[in-house]
Amino acid sequence: MALHAWGRLPNPHNANTVRLHDRHADLPNVTLPWLAHGCGRSYGDVCLNRRGSLLHTINLDHFIDFNPATGILRAEAGVTLRAILALVVPHGWFLAVTPGTRDVTLGGAIANDVHGKNHHVAGSFGHHVRQLEILRSTGERLRCHAQQHAELLRATIGGLGLTGLITWAEIALIPIANPFMTVETTRFGHIDNFWALNAQAETCWPYTVAWIDCLAQGKRQGRGVFMTAAHAATQENLPDWREKPRNIPFDPPVSLVNSLSLRTFNALYWHKARSGTSLQHHVPYFYPLDAISRWNRIYGSAGFYQYQCVLPPDAMCAGTTSLLNRIARSGQGSFLAVLKTFGNHPPPGMLSFPRPGATLALDFPNHGQRTLALFTELDAIVRDAGGAIYPAKDARMPASLFKSAFPQWETFSQWMDPAFSSDFWLRVNS
Amino acid sequence: MNFPHRVLVFGATSAIAQATARRLLQQGCDLHLIGRNQTKLQTIIDDLKVRAAPAQKVSGEAADLDNLTDFPHLFDTATTALGSIDAVLIAHGSLPDQKACETNFSNTLAALHTNGISAIALADEAARRMLIQGYGLIAAISSVAGDRGRQSNYVYGAAKGMLNIYLQGLRNRLAPSGINVLTIKPGFVDTPMTAAFEKKGILWASADDIARGIISAMHKRRDIVYLPWFWCGIMFIIRTIPERLFKKLKL
Ligand SMILES: Cc1cc2nc3c(=O)[nH]c(=O)nc-3n(C[C@H](O)[C@H](O)[C@H](O)COP(=O)(O)OP(=O)(O)OC[C@H]3O[C@@H](n4cnc5c(N)ncnc54)[C@H](O)[C@@H]3O)c2cc1C
Ligand SMILES: NC(=O)c1ccc[n+]([C@@H]2O[C@H](COP(=O)([O-])OP(=O)(O)OC[C@H]3O[C@@H](n4cnc5c(N)ncnc54)[C@H](OP(=O)(O)O)[C@@H]3O)[C@@H](O)[C@H]2O)c1
Repeated sequence: MALHAWGRLPNPHNANTVRLHDRHADLPNVTLPWLAHGCGRSYGDVCLNRRGSLLHTINLDHFIDFNPATGILRAEAGVTLRAILALVVPHGWFLAVTPGTRDVTLGGAIANDVHGKNHHVAGSFGHHVRQLEILRSTGERLRCHAQQHAELLRATIGGLGLTGLITWAEIALIPIANPFMTVETTRFGHIDNFWALNAQAETCWPYTVAWIDCLAQGKRQGRGVFMTAAHAATQENLPDWREKPRNIPFDPPVSLVNSLSLRTFNALYWHKARSGTSLQHHVPYFYPLDAISRWNRIYGSAGFYQYQCVLPPDAMCAGTTSLLNRIARSGQGSFLAVLKTFGNHPPPGMLSFPRPGATLALDFPNHGQRTLALFTELDAIVRDAGGAIYPAKDARMPASLFKSAFPQWETFSQWMDPAFSSDFWLRVNS
Repeated sequence: MNFPHRVLVFGATSAIAQATARRLLQQGCDLHLIGRNQTKLQTIIDDLKVRAAPAQKVSGEAADLDNLTDFPHLFDTATTALGSIDAVLIAHGSLPDQKACETNFSNTLAALHTNGISAIALADEAARRMLIQGYGLIAAISSVAGDRGRQSNYVYGAAKGMLNIYLQGLRNRLAPSGINVLTIKPGFVDTPMTAAFEKKGILWASADDIARGIISAMHKRRDIVYLPWFWCGIMFIIRTIPERLFKKLKL
């Protein structure tokens, strides 16, 4: 079965895929180089390896231990965040950090050192990894934690799967009183309003994020909806909530996302948003897109890109405005852009993406050269600002930008497993 | 009778059995698991223990199910662990290399033993004990391959066919005693057993799809189920083709 990345760009398929079933087993004897692949929720090529073999981890899906008194969970690397939440939420625990979808594996979350809307208080996923085991191509199994193989641990967190196979990991969870969130929504008419709102909110809310209508221009440029949230406190009357799964059941030959549908959607979203406070279940709050499985198919057979960058604090206000300007002018932006600031936690991994500043993310239908040319312009803004692009979302950043934005890449490469590689790694080292 | 509460699973390391065990746990069952590979079995037991409610029991024992003489002992330890056995799920199996069977009959014998004799011996032991307690459910995973012999796969098919006929007779014999016999006939399932196959197309189901079907069949006290359901139609057609014609097909 051919494995894809989330962006479904027309890539040559992978030569070879093997599914792993037993974490105690040796690595399979298949074509080199190797790369672990979880749910394939990375947008670009960090989870692809067309010259060699993908080691598909989704059947390494066993829990190993969970202590409901302490919130310490140990599980195989193919266990999904969805499975973890199903287990721990009824016991009053939650992931310390969660990305915007539950359909990612523990191994994938560590290898991209993913972040959530609470970076300013909680840091990234790697901050909550207590220990893990790496299986190297030599057959060695290395248990890594702060006191043992600490450097290999720092290489593996955010290590893009290149240090070997993570077989299992142990993470620390955070306590919650119930599955609901207190959410406060504020509309803002212009990007300049965002920074003040955000600075204020970060002092009292653990989760903050803004959705921006990147197609609005002029006076309305960067209008958006600012959402802050916290896990709800203990209370008596909780609303009823049931999940209704939906699916995009086929591959539309052409993209259903075009400038008319986008303008309408974005404008509707902005006008529909009501300012105010509400109680919302954590699933629609954290994972709105999980309501439609395989929504990535709406972009048709050409696939799509996500552009996510981070700009350091001194450059973030001006830089974000420049980025939004360029995108609005190109008319290529897609659904709502996501804007959020990162806090000052020292990154847990050598190649961790989150760093102080603001991160902007948005999707682009793949229009070939036209889209790539826009990205080159955006890159220039990011480079001037001293920012970085997120490997988990990337399928095209130039090698020079990777190397300047991830200055520890050389130290990192000493910890790589020589039998592991990826399309991403080849690209940024070419 | 209610849904069985205490379930003994043979071949628990199989992908289908594992998915079924997770769903049985959600139904509130206590489980005792028998698997051949000790470390894989322990991995599964640990996982189920984490998922289990505090009062639910999960235990197990490693055994090679080719050794028929161990069976009374395996049932004894299971009875001790669970209190009693309400249902047995027989899931182990192995897909032999048909060509290797054609060149060396010992391969044929081994395949008939694991997929046929061993499963029958377990059903026999279960029936013996359930007759004494006066209730129970015996479920065994057979295959659509047992419905008709085809050149590509008839050794495996013969073993599953033997199991089908045996279960049919056993069901007939046990019907008055209120003991249920369930024959499960999956089609193509994406599991380690079929790792070598190209798994494209709508005929392929996941282990969890089959598990869902097994639970539902147990609830409904069904006799024979094809999983997914459409295999019932496909196999009807396959069975009805006249032999004169069938023998010329390349299936
Ligand atoms: C709708 C959506 C929302 C998202 N929101 C966010 C967000 O808010 N924040 C964020 O940070 N990211 C976000 N992402 C990106 C996603 O969280 C990451 O790409 C994540 O790493 C995907 O995990 P995966 O299991 O799908 O791994 P894959 O994409 O399959 O692989 C990702 C990387 O992990 C490596 N890997 C996987 N398993 C192992 C293992 N066992 N051992 C070693 N390496 C391994 C792979 O080699 C690869 O380099 C989002 C993605 C989607 C589709
Ligand atoms: N996959 C399909 O397409 C398909 C279709 C129809 C029917 N079936 C049937 O479904 C059942 C489950 O198979 P599966 O698809 O889940 O494949 P699987 O994951 O490969 O499971 C087969 C299991 O049988 C076990 N086993 C084999 N010989 C054994 C022995 N002598 N003693 C103990 N255990 C033994 C194996 O143990 P180890 O882990 O130790 O090897 C393995 O766990 C089998 O009866 C199979 O015939 C499968």
